[in-house]
Parts: sequence; structure tokens; C-alpha cells
Amino acid sequence: MLRYSLKRLLGAVPTLLILMTLAFFMMRAAPGGPFDTEKTLPPEIQANLDKKYHLDESLVQQYGRYLWDLAHGDFGPSFQYKDYSVNELIATGFPVSLRLGLSAIAIALIIGVGLGTLAALRQNSATDYSVMTLAMTGISIPNFVLAPILILVFAVYLGWLPAGGWNGGAFKNTILPIIGLALPQIAYISRLMRGSMIEVLRSNPIRTARAKGLPERVVILRHALKPALLPVVSFLGPATAAVITGSVVIEQIFGIPGLGRYFVQGALNRDYTLVMGVVVFYGALIILFNFIVDLVYALLDPKVRYG
Amino acid sequence: MNNALANNTEIKGRSLWQDAWARLLRNKAALTAMVLLLIISVLVIAAPWLSPFEFDAIDWELISTPPSLENGHIFGTDSVGRDLFVRTLYGGRMSLMVGIIATLVSLLIGITWGATAGYVGGRVDGLMMRIVDILYAMPFMFFVILLMVFFGRNIYLIFIAIGAINWLDMARIVRGQTLTLKGKEYVEAAMACGVSTPRIILRHIVPNLLGIVVVYVTLTIPQVILVESFLSFLGLGVQEPATSWGALVNEGAQDMESAPWALLFPAGFLATTLFCFNFIGDGLRDALDPKDR
Repeated sequence: MLRYSLKRLLGAVPTLLILMTLAFFMMRAAPGGPFDTEKTLPPEIQANLDKKYHLDESLVQQYGRYLWDLAHGDFGPSFQYKDYSVNELIATGFPVSLRLGLSAIAIALIIGVGLGTLAALRQNSATDYSVMTLAMTGISIPNFVLAPILILVFAVYLGWLPAGGWNGGAFKNTILPIIGLALPQIAYISRLMRGSMIEVLRSNPIRTARAKGLPERVVILRHALKPALLPVVSFLGPATAAVITGSVVIEQIFGIPGLGRYFVQGALNRDYTLVMGVVVFYGALIILFNFIVDLVYALLDPKVRYG
Repeated sequence: MNNALANNTEIKGRSLWQDAWARLLRNKAALTAMVLLLIISVLVIAAPWLSPFEFDAIDWELISTPPSLENGHIFGTDSVGRDLFVRTLYGGRMSLMVGIIATLVSLLIGITWGATAGYVGGRVDGLMMRIVDILYAMPFMFFVILLMVFFGRNIYLIFIAIGAINWLDMARIVRGQTLTLKGKEYVEAAMACGVSTPRIILRHIVPNLLGIVVVYVTLTIPQVILVESFLSFLGLGVQEPATSWGALVNEGAQDMESAPWALLFPAGFLATTLFCFNFIGDGLRDALDPKDR
């Protein structure tokens, strides 16, 4: 197990390195610097600025410095929010995004697995068709369409929930954003779960369990659920990436001060260090999460040997 | 039965494609989706002749007016008095064009990469697929946004950037399929008969790849449309006065309380199109999969 984990972890290193390198050279290749303003700065000030942000060094030196800083967990100063470092911005924004993201994934898992199992147990019934239609709707309606419609219905017309804002993380303010993030994932997970559950229910171990006369509830919960969950577990990697990407839009729509919102603001203001810091941070997070998912998968699936 | 056989000296064969087509037409959801998509495409292509208004013509007299037949703005007008019907259709042109072109880009890269890796095999295959694995773990949406930030909001860049993301899946699928096909008996038989390699690839490998590629293309186009809309929604995609469904949804969402039609019409078109592509993709997969009759 340890060897397997180490091997997987080492496999993540080149990915991370390529990610950082690509981000760095893209930034350097971009036309226009972050300090390009309408008025030209006096050369002394320009030189000072360049010196402060080490823009006067050679490309190799800059690249080395950048990798060195990243290895120490230092993302550097933000070009736009002059008094903050990117680290500070991540530290304020990320907990908010994390809370939304984790809640969304947890809800998506519970509802998705439940709906998928239900549809599989009543295959080709009205329940099955309505769950699958719902899933298709969830897949086809992008979250940036869904979220405004949720606001329109639940905040503007019905007035049940606030239309946006964070309000210190009040429960009421989190409901709509979490639904907006979770719905597409519910759709994917319930489709996956239905497919794998149908397959598992036709398998020999389940036939044996039924032949032994076990009650249907026990057959499903004790014997069918675990193998049927495997594809869902491996979907958790892409799901995290999707939720992170989705959070960018959702935070923008609901005006939530999370990392995704900083990212969009940074992107619109050409705040190079902030945008790059967030990309590298989220990239590392996704890679780490994929690694954990792999480990969980190996633990659950007896067919995977840690080689 | 014997009579029928005796009378028909030659039984007309049905190709895989005729078979699949017949099965697709029997799938009601897919058929409806195809008809709807056809209607949307025709509307979008014929946009300039369908509306008396220009897509960027501003009418300061009619700002954010609701849909009405009397003044000819059947979808209403937006916050600067432009006709929403013609803008929705022009937005559709952009979204569908991005969808198709970027998918073609990804198709080109993916098939070349995957077929080469699969057919050559060995070390080259290992290396090529390792590269795909590494790229696969990247947060690509963020990379596209980075590209947009660093190199400006250029429509051609969107095509290339999105196409460059989506080829990974294609490469994996094509490689897997090529590997399976290489070991098939009919390929061996063709080799034994002395058929040349290019002819084997053209006659036996490519036609059998085509099915999965077609399914995958119909499922990639909506993904690409989604990415483009996502970017435009954030204000990082198509720039004014040109528009796409994502940009329209963004504008509509900004004053949806007073003018919900500006959100609902483009959103409806976008969602319907994505729906149609997904249903057609699912239908095609069922139709082309010989295992699952």
C-alpha cells in the first residue's frame, strides 16, 4: 500500500511541474506587462517597479526564483490588490469556496447515489424515466443559466432566500449557491450510478445472495452498493474539477467572496500573479484529490493490486 | 421461409450505417432532438433574412421592452434597445460555429495522436499516452482563462484553445479502439490475404473507428459550446458587438428582475441546443453499439 501510494504521488510530480512551467512561460510570453497604464511612468519608477518584482532579471533567473518560491508555498504579491500577497488572498477566499464545494459534492453524492439506485431498481418504470430526464436536464442546463433562474424564482418571485451576498456565511445565503453547484453533479452521478447498479444487479454474487433468501434491502445495501459505487468513486476526481470550475461562475453570480471570484476579478484586471497563483493552487489541489481518489478506489476494489 | 430464400436469389445486405440510421430513427427522443436542432440551425443560418433589425442596431426609443408583436421585436429588446430575436440568432451562429470548428480541431489532433499511438504501439505508445495522462490532470478550464487573460480575447484563440483541450478524450478513445481492431480476425485475414497496410487502415480500421468518433463528436460539440458560453459569460469570450449565447445570458442575468425575457430566450436556446446534442449523442451510441440491440 505504501509503495503504491508513493508511486502514485511521484507520478503527480511531473504533472505539477508542467503545470507551473506552462503557467510561467505563458505569463512571460503575454504581450503587455501588468503595469502598462495609460500614462507612461518615469523610467526611474519603472526601474524600481521592475526591481521590486524582479522583472529586471534574466528569464532563467526569474523561472528559478518562481519555482523556488512556489516550493516554499509563496505565490508572491498580487499586482492588483497592492497591499496583499496572493497567499493572503487565497487564505481569505479559499475557506469560503471550500465550504461551498464540499457541501455541494456531499449533497451530489447522497442524492445522486440515491436517485441512481432508485432508477436502477425500477428500471424502465416511470420513476426511472423521470430520474433520467431530470439527469439529462441537469447535464444540459449549464450552471450559469441555472443559477440566475434559481435566483429569479426563489429570491425575486418567491422571496424565500437572499439573491446573493455572503453575509458572513449565513446558512440561508449558502443554499442557492450550493444547489447551483450540486445539480449538474447530481445529474452525472445518478446516471453513472444507475448504469453500474443495473450491471451489478445482474451479476452472479447478487443472484447468489437472492437465492440464499436474503431480504432485498440487505442484498442492495450489503452486497450491491459497494461494487456499484466504484465508478462513482472514480468520477469524484473529475467532479471536483467541475465543482471548482463551477464555483468560479457561481461565486461571480451570487457575489460570494470566494477564491473563484478573486480569480475572475484577477482575470478581468490582468492581475498576472493572482491568476497564476490560483491556477497553480487549484491545479495542485485537483492533482492531490485525484491521488486520494485513486487510493480510495484501490482500497474499495479488490481487483486492484497495489503494484 | 425457404420459398422467400428461393425467390430472392440475392439477399440485399444492409450496411452498419443503414442499420444504425434505422435504429436512430426509431428512437423518439433522438428523432425529436434532430428535428429541433435542424430548426435551430436553419433559424440561425437564415438570421439576417428573418429579422428586419440589424443585430447591432440600437433603438434608444425602445429600451428593455418586453416581447411584442406590434413593434416587431418578438423577443423584446435588451438594455440598450437592440432586438433580442436577431441577437439570439446571431449568438447561436457564434456558439454553433465555435462548437463545430473547435470540435474539428480536437478531432484532428485526437485521431492523429490516438491512431498513431495505437497502431505503432510499444515505446512510442507508452510515451504518447503518458503525455496524455499528464495533460489530463491539468485544470484546463483555468488554462483557457489564462490564455484569454494573457493573449487577449480573440475568437480564433478560443477555437484553438478549446480544441486543444478536448483532443485528450478523443486520443484515448481512438487509441483504445485501434488497439482492439488491430487484433481482430478480419484484420488478420486481410493481412493473410496480402492486403497492404494503408488499405487495411482505410478499409477496416477507419470505418470501424468512425462509429465511436461520430458518437464522440456529437457529445463534444455541446461541451465546447458550454466552454465558450462559460468564457463569454465571465466576459472573457466573445466581445461586443458580436455575441454568443453565453454573453447574452450574462447580459440577461444582469437585469433579469426587470427584464427576464433577456435572460430566458437565449438561455432557452442554449439549453435546447445542448439537450438536442446530448440526446442525439446518446441515441447514436445506442444505435451504433452492436452489443446492445
